[in-house]
Amino acid sequence: MERCERKTLTMGNIAVAEGAIQAGCRAYFGYPITPQNEIPEYLSRRLPEVGGIFLQAESELASINMVLGASAAGTRVMTSSSGPGISLMQEGISFLAGSQLPAVIVNVMRCGPGLGGIKPTQADYFQATRGGGHGDYRTLVLAPNNVQEMFDFTVRAFELADKYRNPVLILADAILGQMKEPATLVPEYPPLDFDKTDWILNGAHQRPARNLRSMYLEDDDQEDLNYVLQRKYERMEQDEPLAEERWTEDAGLLVVAFGTSARVARAAVTQARNEGIRAGVFRPITLYPYPRAALRALGERIKRMLVVEMNCGQMLEDVLAIVPPDVEVRFHGRPGGGVPTPDEILEKIKES
Amino acid sequence: MGRIEINAALCKGCYLCIEACRKKHIEIDDRLNVQDVLPVRVIPGTECTACPRCAMVCPESAIEVFHD
Amino acid sequence: METKVFARPKSLTDVTTHYCPGCGHGVVHRLVAEAIDHFGLRDNTVGVASAGCSVMMYKYFDVDTLEAAHGRALATATGIKRTHPDLTVFTYQGDGDLASIGLAETIHAANRGEKITAIFVNNAVYGMTGGQMAPTTLPGQKTSTTPAGRTKAREGSPLRMAEMLSQLDGVAFCQRVAVYDPDQIYEAREAIFRAFETQLEGLGFAFVEVLSACPTNMRMKPIDGQHWVEESMCKFYPLGTFKDDDA
Repeated sequence: MERCERKTLTMGNIAVAEGAIQAGCRAYFGYPITPQNEIPEYLSRRLPEVGGIFLQAESELASINMVLGASAAGTRVMTSSSGPGISLMQEGISFLAGSQLPAVIVNVMRCGPGLGGIKPTQADYFQATRGGGHGDYRTLVLAPNNVQEMFDFTVRAFELADKYRNPVLILADAILGQMKEPATLVPEYPPLDFDKTDWILNGAHQRPARNLRSMYLEDDDQEDLNYVLQRKYERMEQDEPLAEERWTEDAGLLVVAFGTSARVARAAVTQARNEGIRAGVFRPITLYPYPRAALRALGERIKRMLVVEMNCGQMLEDVLAIVPPDVEVRFHGRPGGGVPTPDEILEKIKES
Repeated sequence: MGRIEINAALCKGCYLCIEACRKKHIEIDDRLNVQDVLPVRVIPGTECTACPRCAMVCPESAIEVFHD
Repeated sequence: METKVFARPKSLTDVTTHYCPGCGHGVVHRLVAEAIDHFGLRDNTVGVASAGCSVMMYKYFDVDTLEAAHGRALATATGIKRTHPDLTVFTYQGDGDLASIGLAETIHAANRGEKITAIFVNNAVYGMTGGQMAPTTLPGQKTSTTPAGRTKAREGSPLRMAEMLSQLDGVAFCQRVAVYDPDQIYEAREAIFRAFETQLEGLGFAFVEVLSACPTNMRMKPIDGQHWVEESMCKFYPLGTFKDDDA
């Protein structure tokens, strides 16, 4: 059946949860926090239907370490949270990265710092793209900007996690999690499976005992592990960067934005085009690895850029580091739960 | 009667076995092992009942016990 | 005909440990390995190591092992056991791990009745970091962070984990043992066997608290460390079975 024939009005958080089911996720451990509660609520019903495990943990600390255990034993596993909960999970995410274990972690961002509020934000960009916890590691980061992508990227996240044996983050926000749109909750293709039989812990039956760990005390083993990780990140940076470009062919000004900001930016650029302003949109889909080559290439011919974020300029630092020095980069940000309007961005486009 | 076998290479020299043995069958060797500690050894001519208290307390599981 | 009446368990690897002379970990390792051998679980077990001296237990147990974050061993073990109920899962945790930083994970795993065997080695001190106060450090006991001795007024009283956990419905087996002499080691062996049996029977959470010596950080000879466990620790932490649902 064609995907378009199967569209149903779906909330973003539900799309993530069903995406996990369709990707073969068979365990979820999590702790309630707004604005992502529909994910555990849905999975508490849905996972048992497919023979999976749902468990509400006592904390986000426990959640992420339950994820680590299930992952080590070979199960596709997910957790989700927001703001303070994702901060608590950083220890476990670092352990997942160091132990080279796959997992999908969904951050439906709420504004901070601290407890903050439940309004949408993109303020966790640094935390997501720089590893987030202690140690020299990275997590793959996917940034959806509609409900369909909440589903599709979740499916893709499980593939990437297993492919690289690395945690993958879905970086959404309160708008994407809470809004409803028509979406097809069927994967575009059967989700890829990866053979895990040579590394999982499932009892040392007719094989030597295995150990999964992140601590190596002897000789240069810890340094060696770090080089192994860095080579893996190089492969990710080679193969996985993904971005969406709109109206870039003839653009004299490029708006750079991800997630919800990119949606609003697209509306603003559409309006600008209607007014005869040749603007374009560059939307990174993978925030790590960042689509550096594509943005740099655009920077060779588009000399004015406007970075729009729901924070005070986090991705901005990446853009400044990537584009040629003669590109004039401006910034428009709304922190603390503020969401830019198309008119607001249009005004900045006109100023740029 | 019994007999013990001590894997002296594993011995760390805690000597808990010497304390545990009721027959005073074990003593400290006078030659260092591979770990640079003086391991324990059986005292020739003493008796072993295969009880096996020495092996029970050995943190390195370096002692095996045999019974006739 | 000569028979071997005491052998090194097959589930232990053939290497010497990094533990200090007289440390109780070696004995407790052997007892766990004996249980794994006894029930034929070598091919079907995943052990979860905690942060502390026993983090390197993967070198000594010839079974699959996973390193957990400090305090999170029982959450990690929950993730394994819930998704793979046919595996035998045990955690091996020290007092800092299980009773301090991981107290929430411990209590909730126990309360959920996770079908996991938790081996809790209580030596009243932080061993790996060099002898700081543990949640189980005795009143008056000097450590590198309680140089004048632990006081109730400043640090609070030590936590009696076996007594606490035995109050929880999910706990099916709960016993405190010690490994300071052969007779106690025999009792400890029985308790650890029972704790694995509890898991195999699917009864619920199984907990064994093992009072154990850390002679290095107590600044004692190995044998004096054993005596200290018997004379000081056992006074504060009474040995015994606090719960056995199958008894």
